[in-house]
This record gives sequence, C-alpha cells and structure tokens, in this order.
Amino acid sequence: MAGTSGYGKFTHAVVRGIPDSFGKSKATGSDGEEVDLAKAQRQYGVYTGILRQKLGLQLIEIPADSTLPESWRVEDTAIIQGDTALITQPWDKDRRRETEAVRKVLEELKLRVVDGADDESATLDGSDVLFTGREFFVGLSSWTNHKGAELVADTFRDFAVSTVPVSGAAHLKSFCSMGGPDTIVTGSSEGAKQALKAMEQLTDHHYEILTVPDDAAANCIYIRVGSNNNYLLHGSTEEYPESAAAFQKLTDYTLLPTSCSETSKLGGTLSSCSLLINRRLDL
Amino acid sequence: MTTETGLETEVKKELKQTEEEPAAPEQKTQVQDEAAQQQQVDPKQEHKGAEKTEERSNNKETLQSATAEQPSGEQNTDTPPSPKPAIPSAQTSPGVSKKGKEQAAGKGISRFLPPWLKKQKSQSQVEPKESLGREDPVKEEGYVQEKSEEEGRKIEVGGEDGVDKPAEDRRSLPQDSKADEKEEKHSINSAKTEPAKEETRKDTLEKDADLEEEEDKNGAGEEIQKMIKEEAKVQKPELKAEKSPEKPPKKMKTVVCKVMMLEGTEFPFEVEKRAKGQVLFNKVCENLNLLEKDYFGLTYRSNNDQKNWLDPAKEIKRQIRSSPWQFAFSVKFYPPDPSQLTEDITRYYLCLQLRQDIASGCLPCSFVTHALLGSYSLQAELGDYDPEEHRVDYISNFQFAPTQTKELEEKVIELHKTHRGLTPAQADNQFLENAKKLSMYGVDLHHAKDSEGVDIMLGVCASGLLVYKDKLRINRFAWPKILKVSYKRSNFYIKVRPGETEQFESMIGFKLPNHRAAKRLWKVCVEHHTFFRLASPEQPPKAKFLTLGSKFRYSGRTQAQTRQASTLIDRPAPYFKRTSSNRVSRSLDGAPVVSVTNHSLVDSLAAEINGKGDAADKDNAEEAGTPFRTQMELSPESKSKSLRIKGENIYVRHSNLMLEDLDKTQEEVLKHHASICELKRSFMESTPEPRPSQWEKRLATTLPPMTLGTSDEKQKAEMGEEVEVVIEETVIEEIRRTAKLKNSPDMTKSPAAAIPSGEGEEEKALKEQASKANTSSDSHSESEDEADYHPQLVKVAVDQIREESEENDEELGKESQVPMEHPAEGILLPPPPEVQGVADEEKQECKAHGEDEALSSPAEKKTEQEAEKTEELKVNGEVSRSVSEVNTQVIYCSEPPVVKTEIVTISDTFAGQKTDISTTEVPIVHTETKTITYEASQLDGSEDGEPGILMSAQTITAESLCTTTTTHITKSVKGGLSETRIEKRIVITGDADIDHDQALAQAIKEAKEQHPDMSVTRVVVHKETELTEEGED
Repeated sequence: MAGTSGYGKFTHAVVRGIPDSFGKSKATGSDGEEVDLAKAQRQYGVYTGILRQKLGLQLIEIPADSTLPESWRVEDTAIIQGDTALITQPWDKDRRRETEAVRKVLEELKLRVVDGADDESATLDGSDVLFTGREFFVGLSSWTNHKGAELVADTFRDFAVSTVPVSGAAHLKSFCSMGGPDTIVTGSSEGAKQALKAMEQLTDHHYEILTVPDDAAANCIYIRVGSNNNYLLHGSTEEYPESAAAFQKLTDYTLLPTSCSETSKLGGTLSSCSLLINRRLDL
Repeated sequence: MTTETGLETEVKKELKQTEEEPAAPEQKTQVQDEAAQQQQVDPKQEHKGAEKTEERSNNKETLQSATAEQPSGEQNTDTPPSPKPAIPSAQTSPGVSKKGKEQAAGKGISRFLPPWLKKQKSQSQVEPKESLGREDPVKEEGYVQEKSEEEGRKIEVGGEDGVDKPAEDRRSLPQDSKADEKEEKHSINSAKTEPAKEETRKDTLEKDADLEEEEDKNGAGEEIQKMIKEEAKVQKPELKAEKSPEKPPKKMKTVVCKVMMLEGTEFPFEVEKRAKGQVLFNKVCENLNLLEKDYFGLTYRSNNDQKNWLDPAKEIKRQIRSSPWQFAFSVKFYPPDPSQLTEDITRYYLCLQLRQDIASGCLPCSFVTHALLGSYSLQAELGDYDPEEHRVDYISNFQFAPTQTKELEEKVIELHKTHRGLTPAQADNQFLENAKKLSMYGVDLHHAKDSEGVDIMLGVCASGLLVYKDKLRINRFAWPKILKVSYKRSNFYIKVRPGETEQFESMIGFKLPNHRAAKRLWKVCVEHHTFFRLASPEQPPKAKFLTLGSKFRYSGRTQAQTRQASTLIDRPAPYFKRTSSNRVSRSLDGAPVVSVTNHSLVDSLAAEINGKGDAADKDNAEEAGTPFRTQMELSPESKSKSLRIKGENIYVRHSNLMLEDLDKTQEEVLKHHASICELKRSFMESTPEPRPSQWEKRLATTLPPMTLGTSDEKQKAEMGEEVEVVIEETVIEEIRRTAKLKNSPDMTKSPAAAIPSGEGEEEKALKEQASKANTSSDSHSESEDEADYHPQLVKVAVDQIREESEENDEELGKESQVPMEHPAEGILLPPPPEVQGVADEEKQECKAHGEDEALSSPAEKKTEQEAEKTEELKVNGEVSRSVSEVNTQVIYCSEPPVVKTEIVTISDTFAGQKTDISTTEVPIVHTETKTITYEASQLDGSEDGEPGILMSAQTITAESLCTTTTTHITKSVKGGLSETRIEKRIVITGDADIDHDQALAQAIKEAKEQHPDMSVTRVVVHKETELTEEGED
C-alpha cells in the first residue's frame, strides 16, 4: 500500500556473492583501478553480517556467478516496494541475465513480480531509483532512460514517479539516499546539488536534507527495527572521515560504519549490494 | 453559520408569533389571493405538464403547464383548509425509499410558495386573469401568514421540508393532518435535516445579498425590495432569501436537468430555464442531503465532449449552450485529508467518486491498492464477509479496477475477510485514508504540449500545478511559486517566481488543444488555488467598470471556510443508504420518478429566484453599456460606435486571487529604479513630445512604425471571425493623496515596512497575499502597468519549459513609456527576438500568494548598493512628491477640472514584420500594436517602496469579446502623505469590431464615478490587432 509508516522496515535482504570475476566486467572494470577480490569478499562478509546480525534481517544469498561479474549489484536488478517487485532492464545487456536468479528469489518470497521488460528500448537500473517512502525519483542517467522510468511509473501507480536528470557517470543513488523516513542524504558535488534541487522542485513533500561532503558517502542504508530503532549503514570513517562525522548529526540513530571500498571502485555502493524487502510471509 | 443559526431562531420566534396571532396582515391576504388566482390551473394541463417534464424545454404550452404545476403542487400538498388532503401520488407510491421521500418532501415544498412571490409576479406581469374561486378557502388569514413564513423557510430547504422540525412546529397550528402524516413518514429523517436546511438558507442569503445589490439598480429590484420590506416584519432574513424567487410563476420556463449521481443513477431536476448553476447544484445537494457541498460540483459535456464545470454563478443555459441538459454530480475539490470532513455522508460521496475514478482508470492504482480499496468498498457496502451469503461470485458485480482479473477479485475477498467488524463509515474512512495517498488523487489532468510540441499532461491539484510526460512527473509548480496564471487563445502560461539563485521570474507557456481547453485549465487553476490556498475568496470588485453582466468570481467557499462551516454542523448523522457505486442496477434510493415532477416544481420556483437576479444583472449591463462619452479626449482615433456588449452574452470573470505582484530581487529593484528615474525625468520635464526610451528606440529599429490613425475597420475588413483579435487595454490610474498622521517608516529603505498598517481592508488583502509586493518595483509595475508585459522573457535554467513564442511584442510600445517592472532588464539585455507580450490581453490572470517561497531574500551583498541607490532615489522622490502634491490639490475633486494630458508616447508597431520570429508550434501572429498614454503631469512620485495591491481583476467574456478589468490599488506613505493609487486596466479582446472609444470613455466615466475624490492621472490605450489567422479553435 501507499503507506509510509513502515518506511525503513525490512524483513529480508537479498544479496549475491562476489564472484571470482569481480572487477572483470568490460563495462566497469576498465578504468584500471586495481580491485582486491579477497578484500571485496571480506567486506561483503561484514556487510551481510551486519544485515543479518545487527539488523535481524533474513538473508537470502544468491550464489555468486562468475559469468556475471557484476551480479553482486543486486540492487540494479529489481525495484521493490511493498509486495511488488519490478524486474528491471539493466542498460548493460550483459547484465540482464542477472535478473533471472533474483526473480526466482522474489517469486519465492511471494512478491508480485512485475516484468517491465517488454520494450527493448527501455533501460532501467535499480540504483537509479530512489524510493522515499512517499514517492519515487528516477534518475535519468547513462543507464536509465525515460522509458525505463515509465516502467517504474507503470508498476507503482500509487506513487508519484518523478524524473531527475543525473549528470556524469553516476547513478542517482551514487550521491543520495534516504537517511530516514523523511530525510534525504545527499552529497556535495554540483551534480548532487542539481539533482537535489530537481527533487525538491518535484516533490509535494518536504524532506529534511542531510548533506555530506562526499558523494559516495551519501549512499547509506536506513533500516528501522522495532518501533523506533533507527539504524544507518554508512561509509566508514577511514574512507570518508568528514562525511562520517556528518552522520553524527542524526540523533537517536545507531550508526553502523560499513566499508565497501572495493565495490565502490567499480561504482558500487552500500545500497547496491542488497535488495531489501519487507515481506511477512504469514500474511 | 452563526448567523444562520440566528436566523433560524428568529424565524422560529416569528412563527410563534404568528401562531399566537393568526391574523395575517392585509397585504398578505391580498397576496395570497393573487396567488390563489394563479393557482387556478386546469388540472389537466397541470397533469400534462407533470408528465411532460422532459419535453418541457422551449415549448410554450409546457411552460404554462409548468407554471401551473407549481400552484397545483401547493394546493395538493399543502392546503390544510382544503377538505381533501390531496397527497401527491409520489408520496403515496409504494416503496418510497429515502429519496422518494425527499422528493415527496420537495413536492411538499411547493405548498410553501410565498404568496407574495406570486403577487409580485402578477404585479409585474399584469396577468392575474385566470382566477377561479376555488382557492378561496385557502385564504384563511392565519393560514396564509403561516404559509408565507413557511414558504420563506421551505423554499430554500428544498426537498426536505416535510422532514425538519421547525416545519413541524409551524404546522402544528392550523395544521393539516396530512402534514402530520408526512412527518411520521419522514420521521427518520426529520431530526437530521435541520442543519442542512440552515446551510442552504445561508447560501441563499448570500446569493441574495448579491442579488440585492443588483436589484437596487433597477426598477424591478425596487419593487422586489418593497415587497421585501413589507414582509420584512415577519420574515426578516428569510425574506431576503426569498426575494429573488419572486418571479412570476407564469413566466417560468422550466427545463429538466438530468443529473448523473455518483451512485450511477440519473436523476431529473427541474429548474427554471434561466436558472444559474447554483440553483441546480443546490437542488442536487439537497436531494443528496449533503451539507459539505463545497467540495462538489456539477459537470456537463460540451459539444466536443469535453467535461466542463458548471459555473454556479452563471446561467446554466449560457454555459451548456446547445448541449443537452445533462450533468454529472462530481467531486470538484478532493480534500487532501478526508478525515477532516465532518460528516460521514460527505465521505461517502467522496468514496463513490473515487470508486468511479478508480474503476474508470482516472485514478491509477497498483494491484495491491486496487485490492485493498476494493475490499474496503465491500466492507462498506456489504458488511462483514459472510461465507454463507458471500459466494465466490458475490463480488463480480463490483468493479474495482479498470481491468478486473480473477486474481484481483480473489485478493479483494481475501482482504475483505480481514475487515470484519468495520462499520461502513470506518470502512469508508479506511478507503479514503488509502486513496488520498495515491499520487494522482485529486489531480485534474489536462492534455497539453510543451514549447517543443511534446505531449504532456498538466495536472492541477491542491498544492499546485504538475507537469507529466507520459506517466512521469517532470515538473511541478507549487502555488506559492506561481505568480500568475493566464491564458491567451490556446496558450496557457504561468509566471513562476524566481528561484533562490535566479534573478527573474519566468514565464512558462503550454499549448493546449484549443482556446476552450486553455480557458478551462485556467479556470481550474484559479478555482483550485482559491479553494485550497486562500482563506476566503476575494471579493469581487465593487467597481462597476463595464458592468456588462453578472459578476463572476469563485463563488464557493474555500476549503478553510467550508471546514469552518462544517464545524458548526450539528445534526445527527444523516441516514443514507450505501449502494454499490459500481452496480448500476440498483438505484440509489429507488425513488420513483413520479415524484420528481412536483419536486421539480419547487426547483423551478427557486430557479425563478435566480432568474430575477439575472434580469437585474442584465439591466445593469445594459445600463452600463449605454453609450457614454467623457469630456476627456482620449483616443486620437476615436470612433463612435456603440459598445456592442450585451449583458446576455457576458459573464464576468474575476480572479483576484492569484493576482499578486512579483517579488523582486534587490537587483531588479535597482534596475527598476534606474529606469524609473529615467522615465520620471521624461515625465517631469513635461515635454509635450514623447521622449523615446530605450525601448522605443529599439522598437523604432526593429519595428516599422505605423501610422497612428489606422482604423480598426480597415483591419477588420481584412479579417474574418476569429481571425482578428482586437485587444484594447486601458489603464487608468487614480491617485489620491491624503495626509498621513503617523510618520511612516522610511519607505525607501524598507519597502516591506512601508505597508501602511492601518489600511483596513487593503491591509487585510495585503496580509492575505502575504509576500506580495514587498519591493518597490512591485508597486511600480502594478501601478504603471500590470506586471504582465515583460519586455522579454527571462528564463530560469533548471526547470524550464520554454514558453510558447507566439507572443509578439505587442507591448513594446507601451513599455517604452510606462515604467515597467523590468525596464532595466530590457535595457541591459539585447532586444529579444520576440518579446513576450505575456498573455495578458485577455488578462485572465492569477497570482499566487506565496508566502513561503515568496521572497527570495534579498542578497545581502546587494544591500549596500541598494542603500546608495535609494539615497539617490529619495532625492528624486522628494521632488516628484512635491510636484504631485501640488497637482493633487488641484485635481482633488470629483470632476477633475482639467486633466492635463500628455501624450507621452505614441508608437505603433507592426510586429508582424519582424523577421526574427522563430515560432515553430504556434502560428505567427501578426499584431498591430498601438499604445497611447495620457497622463496628467503629476506623476509617479513613488518610485520606491510602495506596496501595490491588486484589488481585483475581472473579465467579461462574450462570444466574440472579452473584457478584463484589473484593478490595482496601491497605497503608499511618503513623508506623511498617504497616496492611494488605483490602477484599472481594462482589456477588451474580441474578434469583432469594438468601439474602443466608447469603451474607454465608459471606463473613464466609471472610474470617476467610483472614485469621485480621485483624479485620473493617466490613461494608456494600447491596441493590438492580430492580423493573421490563427489556426486553432
């Protein structure tokens, strides 16, 4: 439903292991930065551990597939709101196969799985979609186009779906995310500012804005446990000292610094490594 | 509401009085006699009339019969003295459900027809012929009086009189047993309806107040008033309400309006042919027992199958034109928070509307939401899920979604089971709580194209204007962000407040399919803005500027007002039967159609009420329209054609609400000041010859000058209908200065502070419009010329949808002589290929009052600069002030002895010859532009910090003519002087010949009459003639 009360509440997290081919994707691995597979896998382990143990989520781990070097970015493969999941159509055609395994999992969870991909020209990456609890913002980026955004609008008709131009080589969520039910965390780059401005223009709602110095640090994961226990996964202090400090402004939060330095070299973010689902199967 | 209550009690007292002394005043008896005469109607005819309700439209015979019906109804239902308690068939008809009852009640109402009303009719119409002795018994004095009183109350109540308590009280006297019977029948409803009645009454009263004004002006009105006075002793407030109904019953031409109710049943209502929309609407609401009716409205389909809102303040006939008299009752303003509605019944109707919206696909929902909302609908209408009763297919009659799948139905049932225990009202609540969150809830969509011809949708909602492309929201303009909404031909424009980083407001244009669509959108915007953003609808100007027809404004209450009123609703929750909105098979209440006839009689009576008002209006209009010439020689190209505006074809559109001045950044102010100085210099030097300004110079280069005297006829000859659009603007400024007792704060430095505190209404207006006019430039722009005529369009980078470039710069000429809000911009920037004339020819404009985002706070860095500048300006200001003071002394009388007229500029431009028009979408409009400014030498001592208030704007639209009057009042305080500057702008747009001089003269005359103590200091005539054909509409 179009409810906002449950924002941040999740029961399950879908993740996918880091494959051996990590960093060997022709699309993202080409910028030459060395990635440390072992470190990436360690970080992944920590990440999943936090989701499972600190946040009490049921973790559904899809086995790594070395033929899909970017498959760890499960966020791109589906957009989930409530009981509905939209299977995306990643811009990178090599990645579209990633959605298959994810779809299976989502179906097992008895979500209403909607296949958006009947128009080849529509491209949609899940990390271009920001759901605020009240509405969707879809970044029109190098990966997501207008038709892709329409898929979101078609699927989640209860909500306003607004398009936000995203400049440069970034997804929308590369520089912003939700830091709470009504709080948008955003980076300080020009692109981030412009996108934020666009969002503020487009929304009917007023959001609190938490600006952090680093764009990448603005991607965090907000999860609410119980009635009012706020948890925030955010970039580690080592990576983003100033930004980590900025999160201290959030009161009544349990901050969980989490490093994803390796995946971030490939454009990954904290949120991109999981799909969060609020699904009570007994219903 | 309080007043209403007061009225009620008063009435009651009176009733008692009446009861005590049954002796009715003589006059009344007389009235009654006449009424009785009227009542003598051939039963046959009557019958016929009843049957033929539908055919009744224009047929004369039917008219008569309709007339006859009314009295007969009275006779039947009421007449206690009459031996036979003639119970209308409708009433007796078996299976009368709630609605039937109501209708029956409505029938009963007719008995309350005011005798004086009839009398009036006979007086005015001089046709008391067909009197029969039959009614004599009715004339028993005591009864008569009572009757008249009851009438007073009842008519407004509409269909519910049988039901309400007061009525019972009254009846108890010379009572007829029948009444009692009725009461019993309706006992269920009786307790509940009273408040409804009150409300209705109030409405009527309000309406009447207006009518009264109108009526004062013509003879008929006098008569009516006399009548009223006579009756006043007994019926005070009610009387007023009834005053309007005094239409001669005989003349009544009634029409049956078929109204599609939200339950999916069509219901006939009979109204007088010339009734206004409000009449019909009130009837419908009465029928529905709906008190919180401000959220609702009636729609009709125009010829092109477009849905239009029936304007309550306008005659129905004029609106629907040749379309059938078919309407739909709908929610007009979707309350953002339905839980704040007072009554369950209101929520119920809102639910019905939403179910309709959802089933039709107008309100998109996800699968889950469809299921959830559907399940609440089931719970509300069927109650708890009952496995015995509710077999698998029990919901197949319902439609929950545009396309309903088995899966959906199963889900609905599944959810329905979980709602056990919810009452219908609770289920409705849940329904609404979920529905209101839908992003398209309450969004009124309009097809349009952006400046690049891309198909988009414009959505008007409580919070502002939304722009969609496909299903995606691509832009949004909150009301506070919107300074003005206007349309011109098929183009729709919004002027948007500059963002924090932007200097200038931007004008954004959209292309709508046709002129009507643009107008419709504009109107919806105005209404939504008023309803959701304003505390109260702004009063229409009292000004009688070109009073050509009934005045229009958003006549309803705003949400704030309706909420307030709702808090006073004090009736037990009315009983209503929930039916499946989507199952057409069941009619709402099974009301037999038979009863409708009598019911409609009452309606038609009520219609008469309005008709009266209309007539009055028309009279006024004609009065106003009479040729008149002022001594002022205004137009060089004067022609003496009579103004061809007939009251009939005209309605006045009023839209203060969104008229709001722009907030300027300091920079703008500075620039503005600079230009003002220059302009002022030119004025102050009192050079007989126009001194070309920058703009003029530019114009001269860009646009080949045209001879001044080009006559309209010439152009007309070249153009056919719809081809030629003649636009004339007249700006009249009146300035009054009075000594100010208090020293007001330094105006120059803090313009905002300059708003005089004690200004009464204007002050209020100021507050209401919050941020408006805080900077000095505002006042200027308003006082000199409306803010609309930007020399050029400044675009804001981010969210821009480029405006249609159709507008040629018809205002260039004007700009040149009149200090505009942005002249400085013009100076600083290269001449635009096309200047945006900005849509104001038709002047439908709205300005948002944007407290929130209102003032982009003046940049601090500019303050210094500003201060310097103001110093300088101040000097100038002093000078001008003194000058103007002197002038004021001279001119300060009702007839300005001499208005010194300076032609500051006369420029004729032929924009069509501009080569650089880069229009793609829009046909190039060649315009001929003429601007003439007449001005008293006293001018403009107020370059700084006078807050301007746009007091009113109204547009009178005829078939081929559109007249807009915008009144802007600026008050300012300078050095102990208070100056009131009233600017009136009249824009006449039409495709036919207009006698401009006539119009101008009239305007000036009226201005003088309205403000005898002020002087006309400036008259600007701007004429634009469109030369090319416009390929639309």
